[in-house]
Amino acid sequence: MPIKLENVTHIYMPGTPFMSKAIVDVNLEIDDGEFVGLIGHTGSGKSTLIQHLNGLLKPTEGVVYVNGIKVDKDSKNLKALRHQVGLVFQYPEHQLFEETVYLDIAFGPKNLGLPEDEIDRRVTEAAGLVGIDINALKDRSPFELSGGQRRRVAIAGVLAMEPSILVLDEPTAGLDPRGRDEIFWQIKELHRKKGITIILVSHSMEDVARLVDRIVVMNKGRVELTGTPAEVFSHADRLLEMGLGVPQVTSLMRALKDKGMDVPVDIYTVQQARDVLRKLLGGSGNA
Amino acid sequence: MEPIIRVRDLHYDYINGEGEETAALDGVSIDIYKGEFVVIIGHNGSGKSTLAKHLNALLKPKSGEVFIKGMDTRLDENTWSIRQTAGMVFQNPDNQMVATVVEEDVAFGPENLGIPPAEIRSRVDEALRSVNMMEFARSAPHFLSGGQKQRVAIAGVIAMKPEIIILDEPTAMLDPSGRREVMETIRHLNKDEGITIVHITHYMDEAVEADRVVVMENGRIAADGTPREIFNKVDTLRSIGLDVPQIVELAHQLKKEGFDIKGEPLNIEEMVEAICR
Amino acid sequence: MLKDITLGQYYPKDSPIHRLDPRTKLVITFIFIVIIFFVRYYTGYLYVLAFLALILALSQIPVRHVLKGLKPLLFIIILTFLINLFFTSGGTVLLKWWKIEITQEGLRQAIFMALRLIFLVTGTSLLTLTTSPIALTDGIELLLKPLRVIRFPAHELAMMMTIALRFIPTLLEETDKIMKAQTARGADFESGNLIQRAKALVPLLVPLFISAFRRADELAMAMEARCYRGGENRTRMKVLKVEARDYAAYGVALLLVAAVLMNAYM
Repeated sequence: MPIKLENVTHIYMPGTPFMSKAIVDVNLEIDDGEFVGLIGHTGSGKSTLIQHLNGLLKPTEGVVYVNGIKVDKDSKNLKALRHQVGLVFQYPEHQLFEETVYLDIAFGPKNLGLPEDEIDRRVTEAAGLVGIDINALKDRSPFELSGGQRRRVAIAGVLAMEPSILVLDEPTAGLDPRGRDEIFWQIKELHRKKGITIILVSHSMEDVARLVDRIVVMNKGRVELTGTPAEVFSHADRLLEMGLGVPQVTSLMRALKDKGMDVPVDIYTVQQARDVLRKLLGGSGNA
Repeated sequence: MEPIIRVRDLHYDYINGEGEETAALDGVSIDIYKGEFVVIIGHNGSGKSTLAKHLNALLKPKSGEVFIKGMDTRLDENTWSIRQTAGMVFQNPDNQMVATVVEEDVAFGPENLGIPPAEIRSRVDEALRSVNMMEFARSAPHFLSGGQKQRVAIAGVIAMKPEIIILDEPTAMLDPSGRREVMETIRHLNKDEGITIVHITHYMDEAVEADRVVVMENGRIAADGTPREIFNKVDTLRSIGLDVPQIVELAHQLKKEGFDIKGEPLNIEEMVEAICR
Repeated sequence: MLKDITLGQYYPKDSPIHRLDPRTKLVITFIFIVIIFFVRYYTGYLYVLAFLALILALSQIPVRHVLKGLKPLLFIIILTFLINLFFTSGGTVLLKWWKIEITQEGLRQAIFMALRLIFLVTGTSLLTLTTSPIALTDGIELLLKPLRVIRFPAHELAMMMTIALRFIPTLLEETDKIMKAQTARGADFESGNLIQRAKALVPLLVPLFISAFRRADELAMAMEARCYRGGENRTRMKVLKVEARDYAAYGVALLLVAAVLMNAYM
């Protein structure tokens, strides 16, 4: 089991008046090559959870296993773990600092102590994966690029570490629909081509539903729901209770069912809804 | 009726990263009337934020003209009364708060206008109440959520008693609940207090409740109409790279296939109506 | 982590001292600093001590909390003591060892200087302990306002202090975030020698500076949009008012001045 969390609890500033329990008794397993969506609103504990996956935070209680490396409250020297789990924070373009695009993407591999030619290979590949033309841009300052390009350079900087697990925290925050679709498409492609495990943190239900194999819903520091998008969205009541949205078509199906119509409630894409309504409206179409 | 915002053939160029002149605004003309709730939508680089900054005299027209309540923004002597008439809220909630306490921050605008202390006090309380942030009056900004910070920023503008509020992507950095809070606040200010709203966003779903939607593309106005009129142009919106709400998309696809969907449903209730009829 | 650092150790309480006008506290602190230099005999310090004890008692701040604040300065206090002890000559020699001699005058001077330092630090820290940063800034602005005639930028100074205080938590949070992001890319902030560590800070400091400039830029625009145009014709929501307790405080401070001066010169 590549990722396994056993009864993980994390408490910030224990023993002070500012003490807060960020995650409580979390049990979670994620398979090799899975594409998982982690959902929850701000303060649900999802950011704390993902920082445990690469040892930036250690559990106050419980154990985390990542690719056989065990992390508990006494673990030290978690460098090996950091190299296996790539973490892309929110607004990752804010961490760019090098003079050129090339050097910035190369920062991670350099820290790994890799030889020059290997660094070069990785930079080129990582840039390609996020759709950055490295030959055209490598000597440019990252600060001259557009917002969307900067973000992709920053993501390439993490990919160049060649992690076997990639965690992305709100990778499309602040982007417009076009920029968002580009990034999502590239993440999907990355998953298809490299087969690495991807954990996508988001608060947009519609986006996550389109992409992932499995959804994990967090609320108040606990894992509340987990399952395929269809399974999770069939619990629309509970999602709404937690202050999370559901896709519009999911709400539509529920409204139709309330009117006494025979429609499934585990619908979350426009295509699925169209198929259902085709049957429902039957005959009246010319298709 | 005289429009409260009047923009005529506005052009604005800026120098991009490679030293070339790029047109941010390429001949924009628009009239906005008192009490309207206008959403300006477009993707990054469409010119929508540049237009917003002209409405508050943060930018002056290089060619063309902008009048706010009859005041020409090109004249320096109008600048401060324009900014008091058309208040502005920005994208990043952290970078528009000046003071270390919420109520002090709300007081910042009226203090700049030289209003007597007792009146500032009552304006601040009133403004905090109307964005529902009274209980946080004594809090430090960094303990608030993104949505709460934006509501404080809105209160800071309301305390200046503006007739127009321009919101430049106030929801872009917020989570869904923060976005909801801000949208509810904006709606309340428009419906109950009659403030003219110009709301800039790239979220299509925020446009549904507006009186009017203006779509911008390449520094020009690509479409202007009621939400229903705009959303019906599904293919145009797509080609510009904008989202269409799922319901609108669904109705559009079913209609294309020849199903008889009455009207142009924009939300779930209307769609249910159209199906159950 | 970094969030634990707090600048200015304001100790919130609702005591008579906390409620004093910040200007009163600033002026009295200034008087206090000056008068300490007029003390000539040990007995003079008794008055100073009594004055501090009175404030401390009224302020409801635990004595231990105040003493804790002295700790980082212990080294300087001891150093001052030793320098004065060894390098002041005059009076009877109390102790002689090789070339070093400790004289009566040296001992007196050493104790005197150490006490002076302790009282100075305690007195000024009582000011920051009982006055919130905002009140302090307001007080400084108003006190310095008359200096406008010599073009002293009192308002600008106060505005800068306010903005700095406002953005310290934001920038600390940001530092924490960038540090984590670079750590995730294999950066190492914790090991290596001094030069290596200094070098390791580049990936942290560059993004931090860029972000600070961006924030400054956006804040300036937001302030302009809210009609900010300097201190001219600006009003304040909260007007500081000198009240009875402020006069009482001045009275007590004058008593201290009189006592110390009489002790020293009469």
